[in-house]
Amino acid sequence: MSAHRPLPRWADIALLPALNLLLAFLVSGLVVLLVGENPFHAIQVILYGAFGYGDGFGYTLYYATNFIFTGLAVAVAAHAGLFNIGGDGQAYVAGLGAVVVALALDQTHWLIAMPLAIIAAGAVGGFWGFVPGWLQAKRGSHVVITTIMFNFIASALMVYMVNRVLKPASTMAPESETIEVAGRVPQLRQFFSFFGYSPVNLSILIAIAALIGVYILIWHTKFGYAMRVLGANPTASRYAGISNSKMIMITMTISGALAGMVAINEVMGVQNRLVLDFVAGAGFVGIAVALMGRNHPIGIALAAILFGALYQGGQELQFVIPGITREMIVVIQALVILFTGAMEGLFRPSLERAFMLLSPEQKSEAIAVSTAKPES
Amino acid sequence: MNTQRPETAAVTAPANGWAIELEKINKRFGAVHANKDIDLKIARGTIHGIVGENGAGKSTLMSILYGFYTADSGTIRVNGAEASIADSRQALALGIGMVHQHFMLVDNFSVLENIVLGAEDSGFLKPSLSRARKELDRLEEEYALEVDPDAIIEDISVGQQQRVEILKALYRGAETLILDEPTGVLTPKEADDLFRVLETLRAQGKTVILITHKLREIMAITDNVSVMRQGQMVATVKTQETSPEELAELMVGRRVLLRVDKTAASPGKTLLEVQNLVVADDMGVTRVKDVSFAIRAGEIVGIAGVSGNGQSELLESITGMRDQKSGTVVLNGKPLSLEGDDGAARARQAGLAHVPEDRQRMGLVTTFQEWENAILGYHDKPDYGSGAFLDIAAAKKAAADQVKLFDVRPANINLKSSLFSGGNQQKIVLAREMEQDPDVLVIGQPTRGVDIGAIEFIHNEIIKMRDEGKAILLVSVELDEIRSLADRILVMFDGVIVGEADPATATEGELGLMMAGINKTAPRTIGIAEQGPLP
Repeated sequence: MSAHRPLPRWADIALLPALNLLLAFLVSGLVVLLVGENPFHAIQVILYGAFGYGDGFGYTLYYATNFIFTGLAVAVAAHAGLFNIGGDGQAYVAGLGAVVVALALDQTHWLIAMPLAIIAAGAVGGFWGFVPGWLQAKRGSHVVITTIMFNFIASALMVYMVNRVLKPASTMAPESETIEVAGRVPQLRQFFSFFGYSPVNLSILIAIAALIGVYILIWHTKFGYAMRVLGANPTASRYAGISNSKMIMITMTISGALAGMVAINEVMGVQNRLVLDFVAGAGFVGIAVALMGRNHPIGIALAAILFGALYQGGQELQFVIPGITREMIVVIQALVILFTGAMEGLFRPSLERAFMLLSPEQKSEAIAVSTAKPES
Repeated sequence: MNTQRPETAAVTAPANGWAIELEKINKRFGAVHANKDIDLKIARGTIHGIVGENGAGKSTLMSILYGFYTADSGTIRVNGAEASIADSRQALALGIGMVHQHFMLVDNFSVLENIVLGAEDSGFLKPSLSRARKELDRLEEEYALEVDPDAIIEDISVGQQQRVEILKALYRGAETLILDEPTGVLTPKEADDLFRVLETLRAQGKTVILITHKLREIMAITDNVSVMRQGQMVATVKTQETSPEELAELMVGRRVLLRVDKTAASPGKTLLEVQNLVVADDMGVTRVKDVSFAIRAGEIVGIAGVSGNGQSELLESITGMRDQKSGTVVLNGKPLSLEGDDGAARARQAGLAHVPEDRQRMGLVTTFQEWENAILGYHDKPDYGSGAFLDIAAAKKAAADQVKLFDVRPANINLKSSLFSGGNQQKIVLAREMEQDPDVLVIGQPTRGVDIGAIEFIHNEIIKMRDEGKAILLVSVELDEIRSLADRILVMFDGVIVGEADPATATEGELGLMMAGINKTAPRTIGIAEQGPLP
């Protein structure tokens, strides 16, 4: 008889992250207090900046779009027991695919350019995920190591590509030609003036579609079933006749392709050209998003909006309260990542105990079940 | 309890007094009463058995005695003096030692180092070790427990490792030893050796508490036996005055058939043929050496052998989980192609079902709900959804059918699989594999860690499969199980099938000799497990 039982589902997916978030805000508040500012004012500014008006909310959604893609990339890999840390690099190289298609089809229509760019970005990002997957499946090199290394390779490759291949001769800045017409993804502000000048664009619809798609993939397809078997118990998946090596390669490809969607949002939706470091760490935030969202699309959507709000609210904060510098914002974001991501298990044991004390029936039911007898 | 019988034995104080007295011990986990008013007295210098099904409360009771849990109420007296035991350190100080089912040894340390570990008597290791060596010599001599103090743990047999555990407890001054399922990992001969050790311990005045499933062992070695059922102590009797049948009935609360009822086999055509199979383990060591045999429809072939003589590798390669170096597996006249890491899928498609040796590591995904496990390995079949999608309703229906047919309890297909008891988990695996109507069923350790009531059910299901004309390959370390189920016994030693026996006529002794590699026709070297004490 084990001494503790798992938490009820709602506590696991809602209460625990909420507590972690609260703790992160408390500590952040102390930091704000330390630099001599009013934490309540700061929170007010962040909330208003992120949700209070159309522009701000639009920016929040724009950041969230990126985090949904990278969060899903991490989550898909995690369900198969793989830790894809390479979302950043996968998104970065996917920019190549996006920009090449967008520039080539700049004279057609975005309804043609966008789907093809999605395919191209997904293919390049997917390839950048596939190679570490292949290395793990065939050569036993751990994806954690290889995906980290592939981030650096991506970074070096992109500097070369932008400077030597994509940069038009006429410019000095390290960036590709500008996408002028059809290669641009329409902005939401074109339809809803509410969003002001914010860069949130139709890519958010792709993000929503990806959330639904991943949900269906993981819980309603045979492939998703096999993926979850592999993730939960690789010996059982071999027993079940699931080809672990094939699963690892395909899963990493899907994961890389999802991360690659960031390029649609950034290259075709916001920057309208390929610039250096356009991913800006979204790949790493995706890890925190997936952790906090419990690798479930709904959780990921909520966590992505939270991090989007922190990014946008943080920008706002440094404008409104000069005492809080850009670095302070990063500290606050890091604290949230620390408490909701890295230390997400902090409250689990005490919460489990609390629940056991609160509802002994639950405990008794669990034990009765685990000791059930075949006799009548 | 209507089956409760008066405590006839050990009520009057024994000559040597009581080593342990437990009175009105209660332990609740939430609303579950894991131990209900338990009274237990253990006479000093005796071997006392405790039997009961999984979840009967044996482990909880022993955990209270060893200081893992504290009782909610009740008193513990050790050697007549009231004691409170808050942790295992205090238990050891009171002379209570425990040998766990899974050994707590450091594999790459020597025997001596393991014994001293945690009981060093100075900051420097050398003097501790040399003092320990002297003490160990004395203990080994006194209790006839020979182990080479300088041998590395991973190099010695499981039986020897268990001796190290016993020596560890004795070194720490244990007067009362608790052994939790000590023979689960031992060969029959090693188990006999263990019993001799226990007898020596008893002769030297130590007290032994033996927790086990196996009634045969209780009958063979204990002086008194206590039976637990559903958190209560239902009886304590003198072993001489009881029988396995009575104990089984007390444990389960109803009559249990201890032997398997089956008719003679009527084998038909050959369904499974293994030809010249050679298989290596993960380290590249050849474990199965040129093995050939055939199984016909309607017969059960049992593979007997000491665990670790290639049976696991044989099973895994036949079922496509492990690559074979050479050889062929022919199913229903067609050679099976098993290469690649999805060989198991092709084996299943061809009609070979597999109940694996280790259900929790292989046969189930314990974090999955029951219904998800009910299709494991068969999820690609069109029955469970056409194309890429999973037909969850169809899977759940199949799961519900399996649960009903095999009487899995609780009959809740949405429950997480880890919450089922060992016997019910095994039923989930069996149901899944048997309900696919395979031609050949390969079963490893069908009843390992399974309650008596479920064992009876599982054995009957296996016989039923045979009578339906399936070919069944059975591997078990329980010689009794093989002898009662199999129609033919193949004995495996060191990767080779060393002989075949008829279960009706072969004695345990003959089989034991073959399992030890001592063949009448071709004498072989003796394996580690049988080498006896190292010099």
